[in-house]
Amino acid sequence: MWMLEIPPFVPFFIGALIAAFTRGKLRGVIMMLTPILGALHLWMVPEGIHLQFAFLGYELMPYRVDKLSLMFGYVFHIAAFIAVVYSLHVRDTVQQVAAMLYAGSGLGAVFAGDLLTLFVFWELLAFTSVFLIWARRTQRAYLVGMRYLIIQVLSGGILLVGALFYASENGSLAFGKIGLEGIAGWLIFIAFGIKCAFPIAHTWLTDAYPEATVTGTVFLSAITTKVAVYALARAYPGTELLVYIGVAMACFPIFFAVIENDLRRVLAYSLINQVGFMVVGIGIGTALAINGAVSHAFNDVIFKGLLFMTMGAVLHMTGRINGSELGGLYKTMPKTTVLCIVGAASISAFPLFSGFVSKSMVMSAALETGYDWIWLALLFASAGVFHHAGIKIPYFAFFAHDSGIRVSDPPTNMLLAMSIAAGLCIAIGIYPAALYSLLPYDTGYNPYDATHVLAQTQLLFFSALAFVWLNLRGLYPPELPSTNLDFDWFYRRFFPRVLQKLFAFIWNADRAVRQAFMVRLDLFLDYLSWKNDRLSGLLSRNHPAGSMVMWVAVILASYLLLSFMA
Amino acid sequence: MQTDQHPKGDEQHYWLDDPKNVQRIMYFFYAGCVILLALDLVIHRHVLHSWENLLGFYPLYGFVGCVVLVLVATWMRTFLMRPENYYDDSGEAEKDV
Repeated sequence: MWMLEIPPFVPFFIGALIAAFTRGKLRGVIMMLTPILGALHLWMVPEGIHLQFAFLGYELMPYRVDKLSLMFGYVFHIAAFIAVVYSLHVRDTVQQVAAMLYAGSGLGAVFAGDLLTLFVFWELLAFTSVFLIWARRTQRAYLVGMRYLIIQVLSGGILLVGALFYASENGSLAFGKIGLEGIAGWLIFIAFGIKCAFPIAHTWLTDAYPEATVTGTVFLSAITTKVAVYALARAYPGTELLVYIGVAMACFPIFFAVIENDLRRVLAYSLINQVGFMVVGIGIGTALAINGAVSHAFNDVIFKGLLFMTMGAVLHMTGRINGSELGGLYKTMPKTTVLCIVGAASISAFPLFSGFVSKSMVMSAALETGYDWIWLALLFASAGVFHHAGIKIPYFAFFAHDSGIRVSDPPTNMLLAMSIAAGLCIAIGIYPAALYSLLPYDTGYNPYDATHVLAQTQLLFFSALAFVWLNLRGLYPPELPSTNLDFDWFYRRFFPRVLQKLFAFIWNADRAVRQAFMVRLDLFLDYLSWKNDRLSGLLSRNHPAGSMVMWVAVILASYLLLSFMA
Repeated sequence: MQTDQHPKGDEQHYWLDDPKNVQRIMYFFYAGCVILLALDLVIHRHVLHSWENLLGFYPLYGFVGCVVLVLVATWMRTFLMRPENYYDDSGEAEKDV
């Protein structure tokens, strides 16, 4: 091969460095060229291990290429390019450099062939992405970023400990199938699970993503959770526990999404819901299921990015993002409206849109392997995702009651980025063979048979009918300005409150004990002095301590003098 | 950030402002639902699960599923909903730096 095999994260790190020292248009050009050149380079890289060396007696493989990592490598390049175009108007060095480093870290992680390299990029993902949240430059964003960082770094720490256990158990750091055996397997599983937003550990995502900058969220939504999905697909395919975790992830967020007011937080919940489908696919572990999981991750990066971009455009132009304050924007933002509907149709898996060709693989795999109840639950989640992401998002932002806000469509670069994403959603939906040819396994799957298409269309149409009916009956919950409690309540309210109470109690108890002791001591001293007083008769005069000390000194000095003279 | 770049926008009349047009869209939508349900009788499906054979399984599941979803979610509001500034007790968090 005529070209050096450069690990894919390198161009991004170099791009970030150059971006840090350039300004204006030049920086924009460099940031756009980086993913293009990186993708061209990656396209020509053959599979195999391209970089390997020994470190402290362990074989490290910082650059390993196979079909699984390539899928994620390609989509991260696409996502980075789209997000860069979307953020071309931004003039904020911190944000732009952090975004490039973040995309590079994601690529580093998916091409890591050993656990130590994976750990390094795992932590880099956390430290670079937090700046996309802090770049909002509000006190709120600062606090959210802190919480986000603590949880992400915790995940990295657990991964490192797990990797060390793994090395001692197996004598190797190679990152392959791990499975839930031994303490190493569980620790690494938990580390991946935190980043993958498993239930209970999911709140960092719904807490942080809606608070990041307009452009930052587009980067964030593409990379962190997908790296975790990749890691799970690599290390834990066919782990049954993942099926149940995944189905929980697919189902519970849709309830929160229905009552959430912040539309970007609705999308954050639906991101967990979509990742749930991927986790189920990995848990089933057949060729079709893994293909479904991986291709759904690929599509999700694009359509979820598109939805976050359209909501970002709304936030950018109106300064608002709450469903209760929006509505009627289609009048002056027609292009954004159409693009949002394309994203909504894709995430809802309408036939001819990208979600359909990947999600149906996971569903079919669940049925084929006899997970009937799981399949039913996923079907419910499919109807639910259409309900909140497919209808609620476009409806409350662009239609519903007219909020009276009249703003134009966003700047051209934002429209262009959204159009590219929308184009890809439709292209993949119409011609899925191109996507399928990149998948790890060849299953000869065809999503477009009459049964599938009809079933899915019926499901979606009647879900929409339910929305219409509920609205006409006035049963649909109105958008209300509110905070909905989620599991983060435990660490944001419950534990701080409990600790506060506990410490207050300890301090009070401590003070009481000291006071009681002091009182006793006083009484005791009083008693002593009183006793002393009674002795102070003629023969037991109180002599001042000072005079006693002086007389002792005199006696000692005399001894000294005598001993010298003797 | 809110700008009023279309001062004339308020006088402009949009197609969807007319309830008649909305009603028209809804009729198309209802017709679509009916046709899809009718297709169940015509198209021969090769199914993996016996439930899929039931007439109108998917439409019913989608409809009932969504109604249950919304009703449960609405009920969840009774114990999950808090004021918007619930977590900003000190009032600090709202201030821009």
